[in-house]
This record gives sequence, C-alpha cells and structure tokens, in this order.
Amino acid sequence: MNLRRIMLIAVPYLWLVALFLVPFLIVVKISLSTTAIAIPPYSPTFDLAQGWAGFKDFLSQLSFDNFTFLTQDDLYWKAYLSSLQIAALSTLFTLIVAYPIAYGMARVPDEWRPTLLMLIILPFWTSFLIRVYAWMGILADEGLLNQFLMWLGVISKPLHIMNTPKAVYIGIVYTYLPFMILPIYAALDKMDESLNEAAIDLGASRLSAFWLVTLPMSRPGVIAGCFLVFIPALGEYVIPQLLGGSKTLMIGKVLWDEFFSNRDWPVASAVAVVLLVILIVPIVLFQRNQQKQQEAES
Amino acid sequence: MAQAKPQIVFDPWNDPKAKPLIQCRSITKRFGDFTAIDNIDLNIYEKEFFALLGPSGCGKTTLMRMLAGFETPTEGKITIDGQDVAQVPPNKRAVNMMFQSYALFPHLSVWENIAFGLKREGASKERIEERVAEMLRLTRLEKFARRKPHQISGGQRQRVALARSLAKAPKLLLLDEPLGALDKKLRQDTQFELMDIQERTGTTFVIVTHDQEEAMTVASRVAVMNAGVIMQIATPADIYEQPNSVYVADFIGDVNIIEGNASVDKSGPEGAVSIAYAEGQDPVHAVATTPVTEGARVFYAIRPEKITVSHKPDPDRANHAFGKIIDIAYLGNISTYRVELASGKVISATMTNARRLERRAFTWEDEVWLSWTRTAGIVLTN
Amino acid sequence: MNKRLSWFNVTSLSLGFAFLYLPMLILIFYSFNASKLVTVWAGFSTKWYVALMHDQPFLDAAWVTLKVAVSSSTLATVLGTMAAITLVRAGRFPGRTLFSGMIYAPLVMPDVITGLSLLLLFIAIGLDRGIFTIMLAHTTFSMCYVSVVVSSRLLTFDRSLEEASMDLGASSFTTFRLVTLPIILPAVVSGWLLAFTLSLDDLVIASFTTGPSSTTLPIKIFSAVRLGVSPEINALSTLMITVVAVGVVGASLVSKRAILKQQREEQEGERV
Repeated sequence: MNLRRIMLIAVPYLWLVALFLVPFLIVVKISLSTTAIAIPPYSPTFDLAQGWAGFKDFLSQLSFDNFTFLTQDDLYWKAYLSSLQIAALSTLFTLIVAYPIAYGMARVPDEWRPTLLMLIILPFWTSFLIRVYAWMGILADEGLLNQFLMWLGVISKPLHIMNTPKAVYIGIVYTYLPFMILPIYAALDKMDESLNEAAIDLGASRLSAFWLVTLPMSRPGVIAGCFLVFIPALGEYVIPQLLGGSKTLMIGKVLWDEFFSNRDWPVASAVAVVLLVILIVPIVLFQRNQQKQQEAES
Repeated sequence: MAQAKPQIVFDPWNDPKAKPLIQCRSITKRFGDFTAIDNIDLNIYEKEFFALLGPSGCGKTTLMRMLAGFETPTEGKITIDGQDVAQVPPNKRAVNMMFQSYALFPHLSVWENIAFGLKREGASKERIEERVAEMLRLTRLEKFARRKPHQISGGQRQRVALARSLAKAPKLLLLDEPLGALDKKLRQDTQFELMDIQERTGTTFVIVTHDQEEAMTVASRVAVMNAGVIMQIATPADIYEQPNSVYVADFIGDVNIIEGNASVDKSGPEGAVSIAYAEGQDPVHAVATTPVTEGARVFYAIRPEKITVSHKPDPDRANHAFGKIIDIAYLGNISTYRVELASGKVISATMTNARRLERRAFTWEDEVWLSWTRTAGIVLTN
Repeated sequence: MNKRLSWFNVTSLSLGFAFLYLPMLILIFYSFNASKLVTVWAGFSTKWYVALMHDQPFLDAAWVTLKVAVSSSTLATVLGTMAAITLVRAGRFPGRTLFSGMIYAPLVMPDVITGLSLLLLFIAIGLDRGIFTIMLAHTTFSMCYVSVVVSSRLLTFDRSLEEASMDLGASSFTTFRLVTLPIILPAVVSGWLLAFTLSLDDLVIASFTTGPSSTTLPIKIFSAVRLGVSPEINALSTLMITVVAVGVVGASLVSKRAILKQQREEQEGERV
C-alpha cells in the first residue's frame, strides 16, 4: 500500500464517516434522549471532558421513552400506516400507468427510441418542486381540470381533489413515472421478439402470448420499478405538503413539523429511526432482486 | 531439423553453452485452490520465436502474464537476461506485450499510441519522432499516423499494436493471441509479416495461441500446454512427427490412434515392434524410439497422409489393412477417406487429388487396401 | 422487424407523453398570462418575467443556489470518482463493506432523515449554518450518485488498456492521468451534471442545513407556492424548464452526431 492508494481510499471514506455515519449515530443517540428546555433542547448531552465515568452516566440516562411515546400517541402510527398505504397504492397506480408506455416504447421502430427515451428522462432533469407545483393550478377546485370537465359537461360541480390524498397519488405517479418506465422498458427491450412469435406459432393468441411470455419476461423490470417508486415515496415530504393539505398524514411531514414547529428533537429523531427501520425491509428486498438479476445476466 | 533458411541453422536450444534469455525454474501459480501453472521449467533463447500452444484455460496466458509482470509466481523463479524479475513491476521490465484486444488507447492517435512508451522513458523529441517514423515504416502505417484507432481497419489496428509494443525495442515481446481477431485470409498474410518483422528487428518473440496451424507456421519452437503443464517443447516439425504423447499427437493435426499390445519383433530392424490391436487383423509393424517392454499396452499414432489407399496392397510397405470406404471428405486439394476395417476400427487416410474429381479412383462402398511403411507412425506409451 | 405498433400502443404512448408534458406546458402557457389569477386567461403579457428580473430576494437566492451547486457538484465529482475507483479497483481493504454501504445508503435515504441528521451534526460541532453547510450536505449525498455513475463506467472499462500503459512504462498514477481519466471522462462529466442538478433541485436537505442568512432558490419557491399558485413562479419555472430542455436536447443531439460520425469513420476505416 503506497501513500497515494491510502489517500484514494481514506479521503472519501473519512468524508462519509464524518458526514453520513456520525450524523446518523447522533440521530440515534438523540432519539434516546429526553426533551429539555435548553440549548440544545435535549438531555443528556455527552461531555467528553468527564471521561469514562461521564460516559457511563450518559448511558444510564438514555431511555426508550420517545419510542414508547410514538406507540401511545395515535398520530404517529396513523402517519406510518397512511404513508405505507399511500406509497403502496401510488406504486400500484404508477405501474398501471407506466407499463403500457414502456410496452409501447419497446415496440416503436428503432430509430425513434433514443428520442422517446430522452423525452422520458428529460423531466427527471427539471426541478422536482416545479413538477409538483405544476399540478397545484390544475387540481385546485377552480383549477383547469375542473374547468375543463365542467366545460365538457361531465360534472356539474367541481371535484374536490386538491388537499386530499388523491392529489398526492397523482403527484407521486407523475413525478416518479420515469423511475417505473425505464426499468420495465429495459426488461422488455432485452426480450427477443421471436419468443412471442414462437408462442403464436405454437397456437397462442396475441393476448395469451403477452400474458404467458411478455409479462413474465418483464417481471424483473416491474419489481425494480416498484421498489424505485415505493422507497422514496414512503419518506416523501414535498408532495404531501403541497398537494395533500393538512389532513393528509405522511411520516416525512410529521417529522418535519415535529422538528421545526414543535422543536421536539428527540421525538423527531425517534420518528426518523422508526422510518428507517421500516425502510430496511424493502431496501433489502430490492438489493436481493438486483443481485439476482446481475447473477442471471452474467 | 531444418528451418526456413537451411544455410543458417538456428538452434541455440541444442547448444549446451548458449545462455537462455528467459529462464523459468519450477514455476507454480495458484489462484485460491486452482492451480493454473504446475511446476513448469522453461528456457527461451535470444532471437527465438517461441509459441505457447494449448486450449483455452491451459495456463498459457497466465504464464505470459507472469513474464510481463502482471502476475507473480506463487513458487519458483523467473530470470530475464540473468536478472531475477520477482520484484520488478511491469512498467520497469524490458518486456513489452501486445494484447489480445490490442488495447489501443482510443483517445490517442496512431502516432501518439506508438510514442506512448517512448515518452514514458523520457526520450528526446527528436528520438521519439525518429523511432515512431521507423515503426510506422516497419508496419506500413505511415499514411495513418494521425488517425484514431476507431478510424482504421482491424488489420491496421493489429499493426499499430505491434508497432507500439516494438517501439521501445524490448528484449522480449509477448504476443497474446495476436491474430485471433483477424479473418482467415488476413491472418495467413499477417503470419508471414510477423515472422518478417521478428527477423528484421531481431527481437525475441513469445506468442500465445490456441491455433496450432499458427504456432507451427511462425514459431521456431512450440511448447504444447495442457492443464497447467507443458506436455512437450520442440520444433514444429518434431512436434508433428515425433509427438511424445497421445495428447500432443491428437492436439496437433489429424491422427489415427491405434491401441494395442506390443511384442518385440526380432525379425525386423532395431527397435522393431509389432502391435496386435484386433482379432484376425495383421498386427501393425512399427519402430519404437524408446524401449518397449514385451506385452505393454501402447498407442500407435499415424497421420492420415502417411497412409495410401489403393485397390491392391503396396508390396513396398510393411503394413497393410483391408477395408471398405464409408466416407469421403473432399477438400479440393486433398480428400480424406474413412475406411472401416473388418474389426470395425475406422482409419482415416488422406490422398492428394492429382486427378480431376470425375476421374476419381475410389468411391463410397469400394473395398480398398491401406498401406503404410514401418516408420510412418510412432509408438507412444502414454 | 416484425414488431407492429397496435392502436393500443399508439394510444398509450400518446396519452403517456401527454400526461408527462401537459402540466409543464400549461405552466409555461400561464406564465404569459396578464392576470394575477393563474387560472383565468387575460391576454398575453411578459410582465411576470420583468417582475422576476427586479425581485432582488429571488435573484439573491438564485445566486446562492448557483454557488452551492457549482462548488458541491465539483467537490462531489472528485470524491465520488475516488470512491468509484476504490469500489471497483481497490480490491479488499478493511471496512470495505461499511464503505460500499455508505455509498449506497444515501441513495435510498429519505431526504428528511439526511437533512435532520446533518443538521444535528452541525449543531453538535457548533458549525455556523449557511452556504457552507448546505454545500457540505449536498456534496455528501451527490458524491454517492457520482460514484454510482462512474463505477458503472469503470466496470465496463477494458483493463488491458491500463495494463498496456503500465507495460509501456507508465506508473499507476501516470496511467490514471493519461489513459483511465480521459476514457472515463464522459461518465465523470455526467456525474458532475447529475450532482449539479440534484443540488439545484434540493429543497428538504437545504431547508434543514441552511441558516437564517442564506436562502436557496427551492426554499424561496417553496415558501412562495405554499400559499398558492403565483404567476411569478410560473415565469421562473418556465425559465428553468427551458434551460434544462435546451441543455438535454442539445446534449443528446451532440452525442448522436458524435456516434454517427464515429460509425461513418469506422466504416471508412474498414474500407482502406
């Protein structure tokens, strides 16, 4: 090991330890502390100067009270459940919207594909905030959607979408759509068209060939896409804040309010720790799926 | 054995006083539990064109990468020009390598690719200009100096790779499947070009290949490798005519292998044996180059072109066998006949097509005699 | 090609792209609305753009955002490239699993948690919050994205190019400078662009890690739109969408031309 090699590893390593691992440990630590009217607003604080005795004293003061509190106040578990529900349902809706688009893209003539792909990726480069904001003017009670539907005569009084979970679903589907389309398209694109032809040659109808051949072949892409939407949707803050109104509960919003409005740092930290614990399951499943894919390909 | 130029016999390996350029002493290389190279000894002499020949996975590339310095032997010692190279990294060795993929730097022009190594050793500007020009001339690439690698053909890329690895005038040039990516016609032309360049520059070449024809064409000596072991090191002619094992005989060219029990033939010349291989079939009369014990199980290897096919047995030849033609492979210049003997044994024999096809003497189902001389084949014990 | 586009394919593609692009087109359209009521059309006007140009707090926020984005993406590119080389090339070293975990975890970490944890760190070590802390925060999460982009390029990199360079006498550092870096440069550049956009885009982490004195553009936009739709924000959005669209379309045209040129040259190369 020469000096250059050590530097190459050490610099990004130490950076991540200092700015990712340590902050995370601080969150865990504060989640075990109690609220205090002080600066910083929690106790105990850890004082290195007191040495080992101070550390033991510090440990004895830690408590799981905040986590107990989370289970007692129904705001929190309702928020977790509603986050899971919103994330799961909007993942399903995204899949339903994305699959036909990805399927169509995989059947378009080769020379069009780069353009279509670029059009799918382009929104990703534009501001997330702006894309969410664009729906505010559309979904409002006096917004464009209602104006349009009333002009058509489909409805007589405005639909109430804005500031309900429905608007959150629309926002998530809209902003995360590319994350679902791209892996499904990649899976369909790799598929050999002659497999479908073989199925039809063996007597399957077009529809049953799709059902029995195409759909199973695109499964890895579907699974990857679902995780790519579900995981970030679960901790979403901007979409429920802008479109969901005050009645839509999502855990990202609760954490934010707990921290900024209530200034209850220990509870905010405990909320964060629980959210991460919930996220570990889909993340591990996603990792497994990706690994299985890579092994299958090599 | 006579080589391409009969007036100068180049055979330093037969000269006990000659000092080898490269010495490998009991080299072993293991990757985890897998032994890639198993206790190999090897001498390569200056100005030699040495081929490492074997199927993929036999360890030939690993051996070459150890010479280049990209792998270190687990056991054993490699010396180049008398110097132990164990501690010398690849960028400090007077050895250059031509990669199988050519590994041309895609962002540099042909000229810059060739100059890369010269710049690294800190050569003067004039020296670099002069040397690169010389290399471009040698490989006939003068017109393409300013092009990028993707702007030239596969054959030209191969020549750039060669020029680049020769530019530093290495003591030893390693070539990893140098012609593998070229099509057949171009490959044959390039083989001769490679030999020509090797001779003109006087560089020692070590080539790795799985193509036996290529090894036989270019090399002064060939090492046939299998499963991490060198089976035989000899000149191409000796490898073909005097293989030391069934493996080598079978790997190089086509061969008929007849398995049987040997008995010493007292009536014949020195070393004569007869090999009984089937009930009711005349034994094969052969000459063993190494002593054979009475009744030992042996393998008799004979090349198809050493056997003649005729309507009557050839009285001048010691061996005869009667059979029926079951298959004919017409290859234009030659035809290979597959003849089934009464015992069911199938023997291949190759005849040149001196006559036109329609006047061919033999056809399917014809009953014919196969004849060959006592010294045509070779007796192997392993 | 036996693939045929059915009416179903055509319909789903048209509806899909309409869904993706209509909201943005509407946004752009209404940025030229003379009325302050965003949903009522009152004639063409560019007055919101003029107003935006004179809105000093917005301009200040844009300047802060740009400074943070340029510095954090540049630093993230250096760190992320180093991390990618370590992941792909360094082989085994103590703590490798932890290292790759720390590279991948921020990619799936909710912004609220990343923001909260960094803020608590900055408070714990008594660092004054402002542009510098936002820059540190952005560098940390975007270096992970850069390292993923660069390491996927390194994985397909032909190792024999590096070996050839060493074989010709270059040290490992010279090899990196003269061979590896020029070849992976496109991936490094796209890593930088990704880091730059992530930084421009970030609201949540910046809200946690900023101080009272420095406001970024997303924070400014967010506090404006919380109260409802605003025509000035529409104008700003239009400008941002246009810049990105021109950039992405331009980049894809350039790369398409480069690919065509290379293909043509390769064909010519085969002929001579």
